[in-house]
Amino acid sequence: MSIQNREKKPGWKELPEGDLIIGGGTASGFKTGDWRSKRPIFLKDKCIHCLTCWVYCPDSAIIVQDGKVIGYDYDHCKGCGICYHECPVKGKAIRMISEKEAKAKNTVIAKAEGPKQP
Amino acid sequence: MAEAMRQINPDVVAAYPITPATEVVQIFAGYVADGLVKTEFVPVESEHSAMSACIGSAAAGGRTMTGTSSQGLALMAEMLYIAAGLRLPIVMADVNRALSSPINIHCDHSDTMMVKESGWIQIFSENCQEAYDNMLQAIRIAEKAKLPVMVTTDGFIISHGMERLEILSDADAKAFVGEYKPEYYLLNFEKPITVGALDLTDYYFEHKRQQIEAIKDSKQIILDVAGEFGAKFGREYGLFEKYKMDGAEIVIVAMGSTAGTAKVVVDGLRSKGVKAGLVKPRIFRPFPKEELAESLKGMKAIAVMDRSDSMNAQEGPLALEIKAALYDAPAGSCRTVLSYIYGLGGREIKLEDIELVYNDLSEASKGKAKPKVSYLGVRE
Repeated sequence: MSIQNREKKPGWKELPEGDLIIGGGTASGFKTGDWRSKRPIFLKDKCIHCLTCWVYCPDSAIIVQDGKVIGYDYDHCKGCGICYHECPVKGKAIRMISEKEAKAKNTVIAKAEGPKQP
Repeated sequence: MAEAMRQINPDVVAAYPITPATEVVQIFAGYVADGLVKTEFVPVESEHSAMSACIGSAAAGGRTMTGTSSQGLALMAEMLYIAAGLRLPIVMADVNRALSSPINIHCDHSDTMMVKESGWIQIFSENCQEAYDNMLQAIRIAEKAKLPVMVTTDGFIISHGMERLEILSDADAKAFVGEYKPEYYLLNFEKPITVGALDLTDYYFEHKRQQIEAIKDSKQIILDVAGEFGAKFGREYGLFEKYKMDGAEIVIVAMGSTAGTAKVVVDGLRSKGVKAGLVKPRIFRPFPKEELAESLKGMKAIAVMDRSDSMNAQEGPLALEIKAALYDAPAGSCRTVLSYIYGLGGREIKLEDIELVYNDLSEASKGKAKPKVSYLGVRE
């Protein structure tokens, strides 16, 4: 069940029985990005596209296209910092900034096409 | 019960042995080994795992069965609630055995009573014939109601006794249970689902309300299945059985094998002109409140025999529910209800003990004050 419909929630007669959720891939509808307290920033020029960060990301929040990292899915990145920790580049191709700071500066990071929504 | 399981030929049986339920699944395992059934038999490391495996199998779309007793039932208690909440039609053979402690392997109803709040449909069998018939009906009830069903039978008394029973032909049994056609199941890749998701405060109540409605609706499903069974095979079943209730004035309400013993006592008393009767509840969950109250209309005194105690410092669980039924029944219902706790830990209940109860009822019906709760057969 998406958490976006806060105004009118279904009654017990309308819900599927047995607390089933019908449909696949429904986790992507749940935006966990607002749980972040730290935000990773992708430093494109330093990235060697080894894809280590992509392998380690527990939320599949790193977007790879044609074998190259292009950015983050900030709807689902929880800011755990594992990508930063694992980045093998000297000086790191990722910078962690506080989410508060990111929001205050209204930092716009290029967000490429995310995974297909169901 | 193993014979019924053989004829049902479920997709999966995951079970763990415990006296006196072991034989049900052990014999069935023999059928699996001999290739008489196509069941996937999963020997697990505990009853908790057994029910967990059953939940997995049922959610995946397989017809699933198991069997246990007492401590095993207690160990899988958290999973029982889950099976019911997930609305999975698992059928279990529950061989009634006393809960520890003290450790006791003999018959009483404390194990089934412990899980009466779990959301499972509970069917009590008086004898082997009923146990067999109930297992077959349970499959149909579970799959229509989308609720798990436990078919209970008295440990050792019935489970390890020798009795004659009539079984259906394999073809008849197979045709009666039919095929399991779940609407949603995990192995259906056309219609993917998530099973067992989290509910916060904003959805739990709605899902539970659905479950409440389902157990309410199951009463009619139970009657429909029993009606079909009776029409096809000649053995009638209902929510409960009324034995010599016509013109009865004093009545015992009792479940399980004790009802069978009580019938003999009723026959004896009736032949002496005593207006004795018996009501034997078959379906304990959902509790057929209105129907039972109706059956007890016009009684002068009622004794409810419980083979377990609720430890509520009051009366037994069945007595409590009967009293509630009478309280909500139309005015003028019998208010003389005596609770008898008996047979705990397999303590034998004899004809004389039941005659004693009818004696008490006789006196009570004439206005003599009788204790509200008595412990039948305990050494003082």
